[in-house]
Amino acid sequence: MIGLEHYLSVAAALFVIGIFGIFLNRKNVIIILMSIELMLLAVNINLVAFSAHLGDLVGQVFTLFVLTVAAAEAAIGLAILVCFFRTRGTIAVEDVNNMKG
Amino acid sequence: MTATDLAIVLPEVFLALFAIGSLLFAAYTAKDDLGPALTWATAAVFVGIAGWVALSGDTNRTAFNGMFIDDGFARFAKVVVLLSGAAVLVMTQEFLTRRGLMKFEYPLLIALATVGMMMMVSAGDLMALYMGLELQSLALYVVAALRRDSPRSTEAGLKYFVLGALSSGMLLYGASLVYGFAGTTQFAGIITTADEGGMSIGLLIGLVFVISGLAFKVSAAPFHMWTPDVYEGSPTAVTAFFATAPKVAAMALFARVMHDAFGNAVGDWQQIVAFLAVISMFLGAIAAIGQKDMKRLMAYSSIAHMGYALVGLAAGTEKGVSAMLLYMAIYVTMNIGTFAFILTMERDGVHATSIDGVRGLSKREPIKALALLVLLFSLAGVPPMVGFFGKFAVLTAAVDAGLGWLAVAGAVASVIGAYYYLRLVYFMYFGEETDAAIDGAMPTVQWGFLVASAALMILGIVNLFGVDGAATLAAITLVN
Repeated sequence: MIGLEHYLSVAAALFVIGIFGIFLNRKNVIIILMSIELMLLAVNINLVAFSAHLGDLVGQVFTLFVLTVAAAEAAIGLAILVCFFRTRGTIAVEDVNNMKG
Repeated sequence: MTATDLAIVLPEVFLALFAIGSLLFAAYTAKDDLGPALTWATAAVFVGIAGWVALSGDTNRTAFNGMFIDDGFARFAKVVVLLSGAAVLVMTQEFLTRRGLMKFEYPLLIALATVGMMMMVSAGDLMALYMGLELQSLALYVVAALRRDSPRSTEAGLKYFVLGALSSGMLLYGASLVYGFAGTTQFAGIITTADEGGMSIGLLIGLVFVISGLAFKVSAAPFHMWTPDVYEGSPTAVTAFFATAPKVAAMALFARVMHDAFGNAVGDWQQIVAFLAVISMFLGAIAAIGQKDMKRLMAYSSIAHMGYALVGLAAGTEKGVSAMLLYMAIYVTMNIGTFAFILTMERDGVHATSIDGVRGLSKREPIKALALLVLLFSLAGVPPMVGFFGKFAVLTAAVDAGLGWLAVAGAVASVIGAYYYLRLVYFMYFGEETDAAIDGAMPTVQWGFLVASAALMILGIVNLFGVDGAATLAAITLVN
């Protein structure tokens, strides 16, 4: 029987993979955008699992809001990335280094 | 029912409609020629709404089943956010116009970010919190990359976006755990399940994630990495905005979540917040010493200042919250004055923010140098400037709450931090003029903001203009 713990474990694993994807990836900013999306989807699994477990619809409403905002966030991220590519001609993570820090 | 709810959120609705309406109007008509006019109009709307919010009575109301809270605390934070936003808009209009950056989107994005901030400080539910925070953040990512042909500005936008999205993700993961283990997203419901010592482990982990997400937004160390780069890379006008209104809103949201949702478990979050405060104060003070750029210096300065504001929050008392609000109001006033100066730093018509530019400034521009001296003393917390009273209030609140060690750490960090503020004063008054010296004239508006802000730092010592009384009244409505 698949219970709440299994869903939470999957969500936690996806969330951690997302965080590691942001910090360990040395190649490409697009991968960072994918990692961010993975983190938000992990949160959605959490919310839906809790919602079903508690028998409370609020979690699923929250999920819809998160999905909408994630779409807007991806759009803005890609727009900024396009501007960055136009000025620098690259989207490699190690080239995002005009300023130290 | 719906009519009363809408009446409570009317200021936010009005501002959002203003932003959307102006956006459509500007897109269909004159395009960028409208920029300066829209900036002034937006600033006027901000001031009008600030007056409206301030005079809307002293009742505490909630709307949409507790999703939105309109209490004294929210009103105080909203007035500070709106007035500082208006001041920054007025102050930066000339700067942006001269550099060809005065696009009509700028005031409208600021207006949308401000709607998000008003939503944040009034949030009564994890969903309202998330929506407000994202509305603010998404608008700010775009303005950070406002100068889209500049590698530094787009890089600042990209870094801000990636780290901001990461922090939103952590906050959201925490929110999902809090929802699961408390069984509700409403702060009023969470507080009944989150008791001292009786918190389930899931709720505690959720709380830690929420605090890390919020710490990112207020740029408290160790979650401060984005601040120096974003401050340096963004156009100075945008940096001036980042350093003022969003900080107040994020700090108010922090206090709101801690007290409204976890107010029965002060012991559980007090140590985390105190830890963030100590790290921020010391990191801000020490890392700023080596900085050569005014904007990076102000970034580390703001990290240190957030540390002091968190000291007030860590006290976990009504006095602590009121000290924090007072501190933020003073911090914003000082930063507006300082950025009015930084905006006009230029050499041969090019914006130059190196700190070597101020060497020997007192011989060329005695009034500007004197005003900046007052502001720097105030930022350092030297008595009798108003900045000292802000630091005094948060440190007293910490001592009263039994956190004597935190107050001692704060005092030590402020001595270390005084070094780099006083070094600037030394450069202005005793430094030899170099090739990098700034030579730009100061337009009347910026000059007015610089001198007015410095004057407030001195005149305020009489009674702080009653802001401390207003902050106390606001804190009473939050902590009960």
